[in-house]
Amino acid sequence: MSLDTLILAVSDGVAYASLVFLVAVGLTFIFGVLGVLNIAHGSFYALGAYMAVSIGLGLVKMGFSPWLTFPALFVAAILVGAVLGGLMEKLLLQRIYDKEHVLQILVTFAVFMMLENIQRLIWGVQPYFMSEPLQLLGNVSLVGINYTAYQTLFLPLLALAVLLGLRFFLRHTNAGAQIMAVTEDREAARAIGIDAQRVYFLTFIVGATLAALGGAVAAPTTSLIPGMGAEMIVLSFAVAATAGLGQIEGAAVAALMIGLGRSLAVYIAPEFEVLVPYILMVLVLIVRPSGLFGATAVRKI
Amino acid sequence: MAARLSLIALAILLALVPLFAVSSLTFLAIVYAKSLAVLGIILLLQAGQVSFGHGMFFATGAYTAAFLGRAMGGGGDLALLLVASVGTSLVLGLIVGLFVVRYRYIFFGMLNLAFSMVLYSILEKFFHLTGGSDGLRIRRPTLFGFGFDRGQFDLLLYYVMLVLALAGAYLVWRYLKSPLGQALKAIKTNETRLEYIGLSARSVLLVGYVISAVLCGIGGAGLGLIQGIATPEYTYWTRSSEFVFIAILGGVGHVAGALTGTFVYEAIRTYAAAFVADSWQLILGFVLLAIILKAPTGIVGVFETIAQRRAAARATPANALESANLESMK
Amino acid sequence: MSGAPHSAAAAPRILLEARGIEIRFGGVVAADGIDLDVYEGENLAIIGPNGAGKTTFLNICTGYLRPLAGSVRFNAREITAQPPRTITRLGIARAFQIPQLFSDHTVLENMLLAAAVRQKRWNLLKPLAGIAERDEMIALLELVDCAQYKDKRAGDLPEGHRKLVDIAIALALKPQLLLMDEPTSGVASADKFEVMEILVAALAKAKVSSVFVEHDMDMVQRYANRVAVWSTGKIKRAGPPKEVLEDPEVIRTVIGV
Repeated sequence: MSLDTLILAVSDGVAYASLVFLVAVGLTFIFGVLGVLNIAHGSFYALGAYMAVSIGLGLVKMGFSPWLTFPALFVAAILVGAVLGGLMEKLLLQRIYDKEHVLQILVTFAVFMMLENIQRLIWGVQPYFMSEPLQLLGNVSLVGINYTAYQTLFLPLLALAVLLGLRFFLRHTNAGAQIMAVTEDREAARAIGIDAQRVYFLTFIVGATLAALGGAVAAPTTSLIPGMGAEMIVLSFAVAATAGLGQIEGAAVAALMIGLGRSLAVYIAPEFEVLVPYILMVLVLIVRPSGLFGATAVRKI
Repeated sequence: MAARLSLIALAILLALVPLFAVSSLTFLAIVYAKSLAVLGIILLLQAGQVSFGHGMFFATGAYTAAFLGRAMGGGGDLALLLVASVGTSLVLGLIVGLFVVRYRYIFFGMLNLAFSMVLYSILEKFFHLTGGSDGLRIRRPTLFGFGFDRGQFDLLLYYVMLVLALAGAYLVWRYLKSPLGQALKAIKTNETRLEYIGLSARSVLLVGYVISAVLCGIGGAGLGLIQGIATPEYTYWTRSSEFVFIAILGGVGHVAGALTGTFVYEAIRTYAAAFVADSWQLILGFVLLAIILKAPTGIVGVFETIAQRRAAARATPANALESANLESMK
Repeated sequence: MSGAPHSAAAAPRILLEARGIEIRFGGVVAADGIDLDVYEGENLAIIGPNGAGKTTFLNICTGYLRPLAGSVRFNAREITAQPPRTITRLGIARAFQIPQLFSDHTVLENMLLAAAVRQKRWNLLKPLAGIAERDEMIALLELVDCAQYKDKRAGDLPEGHRKLVDIAIALALKPQLLLMDEPTSGVASADKFEVMEILVAALAKAKVSSVFVEHDMDMVQRYANRVAVWSTGKIKRAGPPKEVLEDPEVIRTVIGV
C-alpha cells in the first residue's frame, strides 16, 4: 500500500469514525448515567437524518439560500433529540428504571420498532439525498485527489468539538457535576439534594440529540434508506462496548480504531470491511470484557 | 392434571389442523420453527442470561440445510438436512459457548451479539460462497427416497415441525426439572454457592448454551426449508432481538411461553397487516411495551396468575380473597 | 505454633495443613505467614477482631482466593491453586458468614441440589425432586430444625434459619471437613446453644471435623477442642480453650474489644 493510499484511507477512516463517534458517545453517555442501553438510539439517528433532509430540502425549495441547510442540520437534531428524546424519557423510561436490564433493553427495542415504522410511514422507502452541505464546502486536495471538505474537515472538527464540549460540560459545569454525582452514586446524590429525575431527563435529551446530530450530519454523505438506523445502532454499540460502556473519551478512541480499521480494510481486503468492527469487538471483549477502558467487577464474599 | 389434559387436547387439535384449516399450514409451521429458537432463549433466561446473538445458530441451521442440499444434489434428504443442522449448530454452539460462558449479563449478551454480527458480515460479503444478501435457495428435499410435490411437502413439513416443537418443549421441560437444569437455574441466584457444592457454573451454563444453540439451529433449518431460502438476515441482530421479544411476550417462566409467544407474535404480524397495512411494527412494539409494563411475566404468566387465583378461591371461600391477594403480590 | 491437641496414644492425623500463607489487598496485609494444622476429629475455633483475616483464611483454604505465597494441603494433597468446586469435591464444605443459598429454589431443592452433585445424578430426564437422597435431606433439615420450611422459597426465610440451611447444605455434601463462618450469628440467642449442641453431636457422629469462626466466647469455651487466635493477619496463639481464653494478651486484643 502506497503512502498516498494510506493517507486516503486514514482520511476516510477519520471521517467515518467521526460519524460513528457522534452516535456512540450519546449511547455510551446514556448508559453510563442511566444504566439503560438505548436501542432506540438508532431511530434517533435515522430520524435526525430524515428530519434534516426534509427541513433542508424544504428550505431550498422555498427559495432560501442553500447555506441554510447547515443550520437545518442542527435544528433537526435538536428537534428530534429534545422532543422525541424528552417524550421517551418522561413517558416511558421513568417507569422502567427499577426493572431488570433485559426488560429495559426490550422497552427501548419496542420504541425502536415503533419509530422505524413511523419513519417508514412518513418518509416511505425511497432513498433521499441532500448533497447541498457537501457541495457548498467544496473540495480540498489530498495527495492529488479531491476530497470533500465536509468529510475531511467538517465532520472531524465537529466530532472533536462534541468530545471537548462534553468533557467541559461534565467537568466544569454545575449540571455536569450533578450528572457525575448521580452516575457515581444515585442515593448519595439524592441525599445531598440533587434531583436525579431531572438529571436523567437532561442526560437522555443530550444523548438523543447527539444521535440525531450524527444522523443529520451523516445525511449529506449518503442516501437515506430504511434500515440505516438498525445498521448504525449495532455499529455504535460495537464502538461503545469496545471502549467500555460509559466511557466517553474511550468511545473516541474506539471509534477511531474501528473507523480506521474499516477504511484500511476497504483498501486492503474489501470483503472484510463490514467485519472489522465486530471482529475488533469480539477480540477486545474476550480479553477485556468490560471494554478497553471499562472498570472491572467486584468480589462477593 | 388439567394442564396435562389440555396439552394433549392441544396437540391433537394441532395435528388435525390440516383437515380444517389448510391455508394456515405454512403460518403454523413457521410458528413451530421459530418457537424452537425462542425455547432456546427461554432456556438461557432460566440462568438469568440473555443472548442477543442467537440468530447465529438460527442462520447456521438454515445455511447448513442449504449447503448440504446443494452438495447432495436435488435438495438432499430432509432427515439428513435436519440432523446436519443439529450437528453444525452443536459444534458452533460449543465453540462460541466456550468463550461466552465466562461472562454474565450485559457482557454475555454483547459478546453473543458480536459473534452473530461477525457471522452476518461473513454471510453478506462472501457472496460467491454464501449468495450474499440474496441468500441461498433451499430446494425441496426428499425423505428416505420419497419425493413430494408442493402441497405434500408443506404437509410433511407441518407435521415434522409440529413434532419437533412439541418434543423440544417437552424435552426442555424435563431437562429443566433435572438436577443439571436446576443447577442452570441456580446460576441466576447464586453462582458462588453452585461452585461451593462442587459444580462449575461455566460447565453448567455451557450445557444449557449448547442445547439452546441446537434448538435455534433446528428452528433455522425449519424456517429455511419452509421459506425455501436461507438469508443473512437470519443472524441479524433484529432477528435475535425478535426471539428475546417473543420470549418475554410468551412468558419466560415456562416452556409453554415459547409456542404461545411465537403464535401471538406471528398472528399479530401476519394478520395486523391485513387490517392496518404496514403498521405491524408499531402494533407489536406497543404490545411489547404493554406486556413489559403491565404483565412482565408474559402471556403464560398471566394465565398462571388467573389459575392460581381460581385455585385459591376454590380452596376456602372465606380466606380466598386474602390468599389470592398474597399470590398476586409474589 | 499450632499447639497439638491433648490426646491419648495415637497422634491424630493432620487433615488440613496451611503453611506460610500470605496475602495482601492493596496496602492491607490480610495474611502474614499463617501456619495452621487442622487435626482429624477436632472442632477448631478461630477467633479474633474484625478485619484480622479470618474469613480471608477460609477463602484461601477453599480456593476462592489465591495466596501470594504459601501452600494449603488437604489429606497431604496440594490444593493451593484449586478452584472451590474442586476443593469441595475433595471433601471440604463451607458455610458462610452471609448465608449463600439459591434464593429462588425451595429449601429442600437447595439440599437436593447439593446431594445430586455429590451423588453425580446427571440423568437429564430424571427430576431433581425425585432423587433417592430426598428422605436423607429432609432428615438433615430436621436436624437443624428447618424441616417445616422445606417447601418454602429459600430467599423468604428469616436470617437465622437461612444460616442453618446454609450449614445443612454443607452437611449434605458429606464432607470430611466443615468450615463455618460464625455458625450461630443470626440465630436467636435462646436457640444458639441448642443448635450448636445438635450440630457438634451430628458432626461427631458423622466423623466430620470442623473449623469455625466465632465471636461468642461461650460457644468457643463449650464446643471447641482448640482455639486459634487471629490478629492482623497472624496467628497469635493456638491451644485448648481453657488456656487460650484466659491468656491476658488474648483477652486484651480479642475478647476485650
